[in-house]
Amino acid sequence: MLKEFADYLTYTLLKLEPASHLGDALNFFIYDTLKIFLLLTTIVYAVAILRAYFPPEKTKRILSHKREYIGNIMAALLGIVTPFCSCSAVPLFIGFVEAGVPLGVTFSFLISSPMVNEIALIMLWGLFGWKIALIYTGTGVVLAVLSGIVIGKLKMEKYVQDYVWEIKVGAGEIVQTTFREKLVYARDYTAELLKRICPYVIIGIALGGIVHGYIPTDFVVKYAGRDNPLAVLVAVLIGIPLYSNAAGMIPVVQALVGKGMAMGTVLAFMMSVTAISFPEAVILKNVLKMRLIYTFFGIVTVGIIIIGYLFNAIL
Amino acid sequence: MEIKVLGPGCANCHKMEELARTAVKELGIEATVVKITDIGEIAMNGILSTPGLMVNGKIKHSGKPLPSLEKAKELIKTEA
Repeated sequence: MLKEFADYLTYTLLKLEPASHLGDALNFFIYDTLKIFLLLTTIVYAVAILRAYFPPEKTKRILSHKREYIGNIMAALLGIVTPFCSCSAVPLFIGFVEAGVPLGVTFSFLISSPMVNEIALIMLWGLFGWKIALIYTGTGVVLAVLSGIVIGKLKMEKYVQDYVWEIKVGAGEIVQTTFREKLVYARDYTAELLKRICPYVIIGIALGGIVHGYIPTDFVVKYAGRDNPLAVLVAVLIGIPLYSNAAGMIPVVQALVGKGMAMGTVLAFMMSVTAISFPEAVILKNVLKMRLIYTFFGIVTVGIIIIGYLFNAIL
Repeated sequence: MEIKVLGPGCANCHKMEELARTAVKELGIEATVVKITDIGEIAMNGILSTPGLMVNGKIKHSGKPLPSLEKAKELIKTEA
């Protein structure tokens, strides 16, 4: 139905030629914008209701004094549903560590939370189908679990800023909310999130439309295709400084896939955009010594590169 | 009554402070509004996501999205 509407708008109302570059690009833009915003609004709202049941205080309590392995798995899964903003990474980190959440388990949470989120999922689902969205989620959780286990095994507690261990946190009671209040939370959450990512999504879809209509296939296949062994590496490095624009990246990437970009490269790129960011490193410097930050980024980057090559080989 | 707004200084933290002050004024109650920006101190108060709002030492709100003005008044009134 959305397809018919986009066709009607571009080919009938605006009288553009279906085979023309402009008609093609505009049709693609209208269709994708409608589809993405419909998906975003409904699913973000549904997920926000779920999130209202997992405030960070509750997650902290669940993970407190958990053993490694099982703790890492639970942390990575709770990372998906607990609302988290990298601006709160510091108090959250201190709260977790102080409550006896092991360091490696805390990292499993910190890695999965920004990476496996509903925005990335919806965009991947809407533009690449549910299989790719599921693969992204699954590998994201595995990456968070394994990276957390490695950091735990490395015994890096001494690379946490010393003052963190001295802080005594109060009881930190959980604010109880009614179902009605949870619905209000979900509504506000959705509105705020849509407002924030809206420009990125529209710019992303517009850029995607341009790629779709104008960039030649040979060009993309040559540089981002399966046969260029450096593509994954370059995609991950480009993805690191791009932050909070995950929603805007995916439409561009989708257009590139249509022109021959390999799927493993896409997954690796998405993960590096969402999982690793410079602003987060700056924020984490408040609680971590540089050595632990480098280790954290190093392990995650290597993991993402492996995932990229793996899926380029099997997909 | 003592109201604490806890946040390192992001845009939302400023909004939360304004919200608390407006709420106090509109309720016409005696209360001091203190802004806490030190990260260690924020964590020490048991706030995991900023901005946080505490009234008489009890956590009333934490994280985004911010409460509405009506909701903020209600939260403050529970301790009045």
